[in-house]
Amino acid sequence: MKKIKVALIGTPNVGKSTIYNELTKNKVHTGNWAGKTVTFSKGDCELFDTLYTFYDLPGTYSLISKSKEEMVATDFIIDNNFDVAVVVCDATSLEKGINLVLQTMEICGKVVVCVNLVDEAKKRGIYIDFNLLQQNLECPVVKVSAREKWGLEELLLKIKEVEARPYLDINYGILNKEIELVQENIDETDMNKKWVALRILENNRHYIDIFQEKNLIKASDKIELAQKNLENVDISLEIVMKIMKLGKMKLKNVIIYSNLEKDRKYRKIDKLLTHKVWGLLIMMLFLFILFYLTIVGANYPSELLFNFFSSLEGKLGGLLSFLPNGFRDLLVGGVYKTLYWVISVMMPPMLIFFPLFTFLEDLGVLPRIAFNMDRAFSKCQACGKQALTMCMGIGCNAVGVTGARIIDTKRERLIAILTNVFVPCNGKFPTLIAIITMFFVGLSNKLGGLVCALILTLLIMLGILLTFGVSLILSKTILKGETSGFTLELPPYRRPKILNTIFYSVRDRAISILIRAVKVAVLAGVIIWLVANIKIKGLPLIQILSDFLNPIGVLLGLDGVIILALLLGFPANEIVIPAMLMAYLQAGSLSDYASLSEFKNILVMNGWSIKTAVCFILLMMFHYPCSTTLLTIKKETESNFYTFLAFIIPLGVGIALCLLVNLLF
Amino acid sequence: MIETLNEVLIDKEVTINKVGGEDSLKRRLLDLGFIPGAKTKCVLISPFKDPKAYSINNNIIAIRNKDARNVEVIL
Repeated sequence: MKKIKVALIGTPNVGKSTIYNELTKNKVHTGNWAGKTVTFSKGDCELFDTLYTFYDLPGTYSLISKSKEEMVATDFIIDNNFDVAVVVCDATSLEKGINLVLQTMEICGKVVVCVNLVDEAKKRGIYIDFNLLQQNLECPVVKVSAREKWGLEELLLKIKEVEARPYLDINYGILNKEIELVQENIDETDMNKKWVALRILENNRHYIDIFQEKNLIKASDKIELAQKNLENVDISLEIVMKIMKLGKMKLKNVIIYSNLEKDRKYRKIDKLLTHKVWGLLIMMLFLFILFYLTIVGANYPSELLFNFFSSLEGKLGGLLSFLPNGFRDLLVGGVYKTLYWVISVMMPPMLIFFPLFTFLEDLGVLPRIAFNMDRAFSKCQACGKQALTMCMGIGCNAVGVTGARIIDTKRERLIAILTNVFVPCNGKFPTLIAIITMFFVGLSNKLGGLVCALILTLLIMLGILLTFGVSLILSKTILKGETSGFTLELPPYRRPKILNTIFYSVRDRAISILIRAVKVAVLAGVIIWLVANIKIKGLPLIQILSDFLNPIGVLLGLDGVIILALLLGFPANEIVIPAMLMAYLQAGSLSDYASLSEFKNILVMNGWSIKTAVCFILLMMFHYPCSTTLLTIKKETESNFYTFLAFIIPLGVGIALCLLVNLLF
Repeated sequence: MIETLNEVLIDKEVTINKVGGEDSLKRRLLDLGFIPGAKTKCVLISPFKDPKAYSINNNIIAIRNKDARNVEVIL
């Protein structure tokens, strides 16, 4: 079987990941904002006895950029460990992609140009003369609509057929003489010597280091001379200008705009969504609807799942009756119970939240939110895209932390990661809602659900305010530094494919978190059971521990049981309340309440007042991230120090708030 | 008349004259198509007046005012 390695290159927002997904059915989520795939993945695809391996390189505007994040793609290409480069362009904005095509042809012999979103361009009245484009570029051009799933087979065939061409030779005008001078002083190489010479002239450290490693640079005095000759020339500008000029020539007569009606409509929507009053209101409305649907919609399936799993509990116990009593109870009352508890409370909200969120994302609403919110973040010397990781954090902090990859600079990315847990995640919602309903809304309030969602929205606002505060403090202290240049593309609105949205968001987000949660739930189940069932000198361990923690609890306006429950809830915020009830009721396993009024009775009997409820809500919202999130932070930052900070900062804030409330009231 | 990009009135087409600023930002702006001679216009202003979004190459890009100050335009 023939094997071909293919590098997928493209500017952000051209649907490169959609093509990749369609071709490989691999795990990459496509999003409608710049730079979604940061570390790249590879996937296989087979057609007519040929095995294609696709490398999905990060979206980049240029292959000669000086930013670290964008050099990944170039590094991959000059490493030359692949056969064909496919440059994905957006038919609605060929001008944007043409420069990348030319830059790729400059360092790559086998290039196929793939023009995606052809259907969208047609709808927007943009006509492209593909034959002329192919003639001008002298390389295969394939029309594709990955969304409508056509053109992909043609693309695969062209990849197989494409023949190697000499590197594209661009005329750099006034730089030519010096380019030649440098070229004479570099060793023979497979790379385009002109390209190598240009990077040397530009004095790009990153590439010069690579060239030196390969022993390409011979006489450095001549090279210094050439650099000196160009001292008064803006070399980067000259290079970009020449490439752009060539790009314009290649596109001459290729694109014809016939109807800009649609664009005008988009601009109108844009003006509304970024309006100083309506924009902000609509944004909040979007979030409110998102929460409301998640909360209300999840109730029923949660209950159904819970009843189903708990009905199996007895049967499972019967099946395992051959085991010793204690061990069987550990498995059923500990592991199994914790497991199904976590699944039934966690799964339904995720299955609702993530598709809805992905829908907004694919539609193109999220970059507008980042645009609206950027001012506030820039005041905190952070990045506007943090608004997006914050929204993702509401779904799940672990997803928010991974999502911070869309932020370009390390400093701003770290700020986003360390503050992500300040927005409450889905897992905290049921707990917060129960407490709010019992202590602040009243159980007989007819508008209870609405009032509750409103209070919850206010609490999230508090979380957002704290996010700003902590971001600002971080950028003044540990993460000092200037804000980097912020450029954010506002892509055209795209009608999401509903089924794809559901499929990919469930597969890539919900399921993977659930699997991680299930893993920790097993361990947590064992620990919870042990804590509840081990007795030391006649006293259950759970009581010893909560008595021990009681002074700390009282100091924070709470009690020992609550602190213990928060500790036991480290694997998943969902089990804080069951663990708390277990301790109050002195039950041997996680315990549920039959009704909210019964639950309130239990709490009041154990000394809960309005103040306890306030302090509990504060500490519930602001404490360390759950174990899944913490593991994700460790993975993303590759640093124990930052993982520790992510643990201690929100905990510190929560404790401070509780102390304050306790001392003042 | 010469202005900087951040001062341009909304929906008014201007021609870029010069791009300056710190190296990586300048490079990014050039890559996005903000090159001397190119036409651009401010199409959106965010609720807090910063950043603003500009159309370039049939594409919309948001830039913070302090960064847009590095782009010189001719009215």
